[in-house]
Amino acid sequence: MLLDVSPTSHHRRARAGSRSALLAVLTALVLLGATGLSGCGVTRGSDDPSNRRLQMMIPNSPGGGYDLTGRAAAKAMEDNDLTGRFEVSNVLGASGTVAMQRLANSEGADDLMMTMGLGVVGAVYTNDSDARVSDMTPIARLIEEQEGLLVPADSPFRTVGDLVEAWKADPGSITIGGGSSNGGPDHLFPHQLAQTVGIDPRQVNYVPYDGGGPLTTALLGEKITVGTSGLGEFEGQIADGSLRVLAVSGEERVPTVDAPTLTEEGIDFVFTNWRGVLAPPGISEEQRDYLVGLLSDMHDTPEWQAALERNGWTDNFATGEEFATFLQEQDRRVADTLEELGL
Amino acid sequence: MDLLLEGFQTALTPQNLLFAVLGVLLGTAVGVLPGIGPAMTVALLLPVTYSVGPDSAIIMFAGIYYGGMYGGSTTSILLNTPGESSSVITAIEGNKMAKKGRAAQALATAAIGSFVAGTIGTVLLVLLTPTVADVVVKLGAPSYFAIMLLALFAVTAVLGSSKLRGFVALFLGLAVGLVGTTTGQARLTFDQPLLADGIDIVVVAVAIFAIGEALWVAAHLRRKPLEVIPVGQPWMSKADWGRSWKPWLRGTAFGFPFGALPAGGAEVPTFLSYVTERKLSKHPEEFGKGAIEGVAGPEAANNASAAGTLVPLLAIGLPTTATAAVILLAMQSYGIQPGPQLLDNEPGLVWALLASLFVANTLLLVLNLPLAPLWAKLLRIPRPYLYAGILFFASLGAYSVNFQAFDLGLLLAFGLLGLAMRRFGVPVLPLIIGVILGPRLEEQLTTALALSQGDVSTLWGEPVAIAVYVVMALLLGGMVLRGLRKPEPVAEAPQGGPESPESTETVEVGR
Repeated sequence: MLLDVSPTSHHRRARAGSRSALLAVLTALVLLGATGLSGCGVTRGSDDPSNRRLQMMIPNSPGGGYDLTGRAAAKAMEDNDLTGRFEVSNVLGASGTVAMQRLANSEGADDLMMTMGLGVVGAVYTNDSDARVSDMTPIARLIEEQEGLLVPADSPFRTVGDLVEAWKADPGSITIGGGSSNGGPDHLFPHQLAQTVGIDPRQVNYVPYDGGGPLTTALLGEKITVGTSGLGEFEGQIADGSLRVLAVSGEERVPTVDAPTLTEEGIDFVFTNWRGVLAPPGISEEQRDYLVGLLSDMHDTPEWQAALERNGWTDNFATGEEFATFLQEQDRRVADTLEELGL
Repeated sequence: MDLLLEGFQTALTPQNLLFAVLGVLLGTAVGVLPGIGPAMTVALLLPVTYSVGPDSAIIMFAGIYYGGMYGGSTTSILLNTPGESSSVITAIEGNKMAKKGRAAQALATAAIGSFVAGTIGTVLLVLLTPTVADVVVKLGAPSYFAIMLLALFAVTAVLGSSKLRGFVALFLGLAVGLVGTTTGQARLTFDQPLLADGIDIVVVAVAIFAIGEALWVAAHLRRKPLEVIPVGQPWMSKADWGRSWKPWLRGTAFGFPFGALPAGGAEVPTFLSYVTERKLSKHPEEFGKGAIEGVAGPEAANNASAAGTLVPLLAIGLPTTATAAVILLAMQSYGIQPGPQLLDNEPGLVWALLASLFVANTLLLVLNLPLAPLWAKLLRIPRPYLYAGILFFASLGAYSVNFQAFDLGLLLAFGLLGLAMRRFGVPVLPLIIGVILGPRLEEQLTTALALSQGDVSTLWGEPVAIAVYVVMALLLGGMVLRGLRKPEPVAEAPQGGPESPESTETVEVGR
């Protein structure tokens, strides 16, 4: 199929004449390849800490939540000369499990950090990975985001109470869509909520969608009863009234959204999706203190505060023991929920 | 109209024009390189939004998007190495054309087809955005499942002369599509977390097309004299134009609605366009050997789908592709919220964006058309060097999908599969289509059944789904009737698809 042409001498002559054009084309190709590869790769700087190069590993694709958080943090540190250059790399695969594995394999590496969050904690369980969050070195928790219960404008449910009543009566009839796969925040939230109000979590009818866009479609098309998700991606629909928020999951209301918290509605349950930074296992104490200090300095920069505001993130900074305890507690809670679901 | 003219005024300021050129060039570049897509590029460029105005940034992003859709075709045609999943189908006829010395024509029909489709798509976008968006969200999983099933049904047209070999390839493809944990269960992942997200279609296509072919050529290099690709005409002939314009329009008709549908995507319309052209062509014997219709249609389809994607994005703030999702993010970082109020709140921005789409399209044509004959000369590099280059390029692309050495292993494994398929005359197209369709079909089926709690009748619970099934029944009935009416003339295959030259020819070469 590919050798069906015959050679002629004419073409040989033509070939020589166009060599320079070919060279140009080839150079262009090589250049393209080079641009494709720049921005990845491992570089280690000199020993002077202010001059060293650090790596920030991101466990999902560019534009995702971890990516925005990790890059914003790296940029704030770079712009304020807190450290040298940052290499930001996206390591994709299995909802962050691949990146966690890589972090675990880099034991003792003194130039590596990873942005992660609640979704990664769950993913290592659902993917049966050995690289557990509890094995890593905790550095800092940066932000949190509340989950919301979203319904289409025409939904018969006006309050969380209405929803819970119908849900208890027939758990299967309430279809819940979320933007994350099993083990992710949108998946954990409705199951833990069900547990709180006394519904067997195994009866929760959860349908995963591939992110906020498809979830919005399903809600607007009234394919699902209720959606669980962070509210950032739904601002427009909430503002124009095509989607309503029954409740938010945090301790306090979200300033931009006119909806009560679950606690206000008489359900004693608080749930937030959070993101933070881990370092590999087995790093020295000085190195850990250095990274903690670096992120604390980063937290005080005006660039970081601007990033929080721009992205609608809630500041929830914690380091050291506080973050370590929090991580353990989250890890246990996620493991319990998933075990109960048989995942 | 006045608003659109004002939009052109904004889009044509030197600064914005510069951003449009930059976007188009970048988009073409990332489209050319397998593994790096427009979504990733736009995401990496998000920080740009902090320093330039919203209109410039969004104009540049739109340029990247259109450019990416076009750029993927260049390597598909020249090197048999598709840069994007939406240009996989282009490689099939496009590369055969290039082998026959018609690379310039293939590139030209791709460029002009993209321009025509992009322009018509943008006009439709301007006209339809305010009205259709509310309708598209009503389509649910059952309708998508029916549409995907129809697409799978159309595969029979490309199975080739040996139905057995065709089905072997199709089921191989569907099996590859099963890999991953998307349904909550790990299937064929062999405890490899790197396989949990499934196998990227670009890696499969590059391996089967480019690596498989390079290995095949290497295996025969010594036994056969080196052959040189003939020099063709640099431009499209009158006959080429005559054979291209209808596929351009039909490709647009497939691409735009699929782009506008939330779960439509750009791959399925390219494949439907290819199958349609193959059926309608006056030169069916050329399919599989480099038919220009098979390049013109799919290339128009993928660009039209890019325009279609912007309909739900602008109208109700609904991103339907990864790239659209990142563009939405960029808009939000300026505090602009797409949706029904967008046209009222930011008319200047919307019309500037629409005008810049016309500009981006024109720029693409102006930049790429003169380059076509130049690119075509690439193929006159002597075979060993050319294939060394292709191997390098394909590996680079596969590696840059995830920056994992694992993908290189995957590339080689599928390359060997590609070699084996050539050796045994198994057509590659059904495999590729299986990989594209399988996961989508399954996703829609699981969603539909999860929502109905296992009630199968949900599958024909939507009017669109019923309509699609009726069409399928009619097609099937027609095929059966035709098969019954003329059993004698053996020469003509009943599915309209003539004997696949792919398979027969390969066998001949193999001996």
